[in-house]
Amino acid sequence: MASETKEPGAIRIKHVSKIYDPQGVHVEAMRDCSFDIAAGEMAIIVGPSGCGKTTLLNAIAGFDDITAGEIFLDGELISSPTYQIKPNVDRMVVFQNGALFPWKTVIENIAYGPMVQGRLTKAAARDKAREMLEWVCLNGMEEKYPEELSSGVQRRVEILRALINEPRVVMLDEPFRGLDAVSKTVMHEFLMQLFCNRNRTMFFITHDLDEAIFLGHKVVIMTTRPAQVKKIVPIDLPWPREHRIMNSKRYLELKGEILEAVHEEAKKAFQAGERELA
Amino acid sequence: MSTSRKTGLLNPQIMRALIGIGVFLALWYLLTAVLQLPRFKLLPNPLSVIAEWISFEPVSGRSIFTKAFYLDMGFSIARTLIAFSLATFLGVLLGLIMGWNRIFYDFSFPIVEILRPMPPLSWIPLAVLILPGVELAVVYVTFIAAFFATVLNTLLGVFSIDKNYFLAASCLGSKPKHIFINIVVPGALPFIFTGLQIAMGVSWMSLVAGEIISGQQGLGYAIYEGYSLFQFDQVVCYMFTLGILGYISSAGIRALGRRLMAWESRRRGA
Repeated sequence: MASETKEPGAIRIKHVSKIYDPQGVHVEAMRDCSFDIAAGEMAIIVGPSGCGKTTLLNAIAGFDDITAGEIFLDGELISSPTYQIKPNVDRMVVFQNGALFPWKTVIENIAYGPMVQGRLTKAAARDKAREMLEWVCLNGMEEKYPEELSSGVQRRVEILRALINEPRVVMLDEPFRGLDAVSKTVMHEFLMQLFCNRNRTMFFITHDLDEAIFLGHKVVIMTTRPAQVKKIVPIDLPWPREHRIMNSKRYLELKGEILEAVHEEAKKAFQAGERELA
Repeated sequence: MSTSRKTGLLNPQIMRALIGIGVFLALWYLLTAVLQLPRFKLLPNPLSVIAEWISFEPVSGRSIFTKAFYLDMGFSIARTLIAFSLATFLGVLLGLIMGWNRIFYDFSFPIVEILRPMPPLSWIPLAVLILPGVELAVVYVTFIAAFFATVLNTLLGVFSIDKNYFLAASCLGSKPKHIFINIVVPGALPFIFTGLQIAMGVSWMSLVAGEIISGQQGLGYAIYEGYSLFQFDQVVCYMFTLGILGYISSAGIRALGRRLMAWESRRRGA
């Protein structure tokens, strides 16, 4: 199928289902999930814990297969029950608990991708990594190891490591989980700045509704397991945003709408948990 | 780092170590020379051991001023180094491949697990049978204990690597050779170095046992000779020589580990 957009990074998820261990314990993680993410769009996925959000991310990234349906990237099939394109630099993932290589310095981590892909020489990759660090005011951190950095800086470095490869899609799995509220606001502005500058499609999983509304072009609310799309809420707030927007009337309306849908699903998840324990 | 940190003998860590050694020697002297408790009075006391060790004319013919002492030490060090180097190379290689390749692991793990618990000394008859000369048999026995300790720790090292590092590496466009070099090897290094320290310890233990049984020279052989000739001062001298060599070799491995794993040292220092 030919690409319908000039900008890269459009994702189409069509009737995707995933059952873990169908012959054994049979855990249905996703059922008939369908939605689109336009190229250059920031799509935020929210839903109860364990509902299958990460399963969907793994399917798009090529880490895991699907049981039914199809996933397209720029019109090209990347996953179906019989076909799967392996993970590659088109779809970059920033992991929940961080996956910077602890044995590589900051600059080695960022320069790693272009070097192993053979796109840049070691020196050129390091130069580009240094440029990116300067751009986000992290110069001076080049020779530090990840564990010498704060969690916030680690996340920023990991996002740079993804972006240096010019991916079509960046997928972030609760990247700011565990950060304190103050660091989070800084990280949101950092991501907003990166996004405005690079304009990559982002698939962003979170539990934090403020984060979802502040960052997203649209919020996709998933049901409790098996994950289905419960509601898609377009975020019609001006872009780019500043934190004071969180006090605006429209913001609070959107938050109320999303909260209601999420709460309903959270209650279902809670009751399901009670039933499982009973 | 604090600039007022004390160095040399004033360093509290060194002071405590010296006090520990002093208390040990004092207790040993008390039990064997002063109180002369039953059974203990048969043991040589530390003063007679030190006197024999630094004697120009030792009763046993072996002290730090004799060529025989250095020959024994040289033989033992050479055997251990050869066996340990071979065990490190082959053990790390096998452990990495087993951890890296699931099919190879399925084939090889049961065999490794059956061979691993066999005491090194039980290999001696077969080693003597298949290897030319006694020398290689001693090296083989020393090798075999170190080898399995290295294989197992390397394997555990690969298994300990966070799965997300492999996923991240695949997203970043790594080919299998990049993942092996950039993820598997460095990710397993902390466990490998723990394994090498254990391997070095068991190398010395197996070496002495091998030398006692089938050696013709070396520290283990000399200990057995001292036992046969009732020269217990020499036995204890050589036991301590082995202890010091073991300590130095383990410290060497730790120092190499710190150099190769700068990220670990910095994390501990951070």
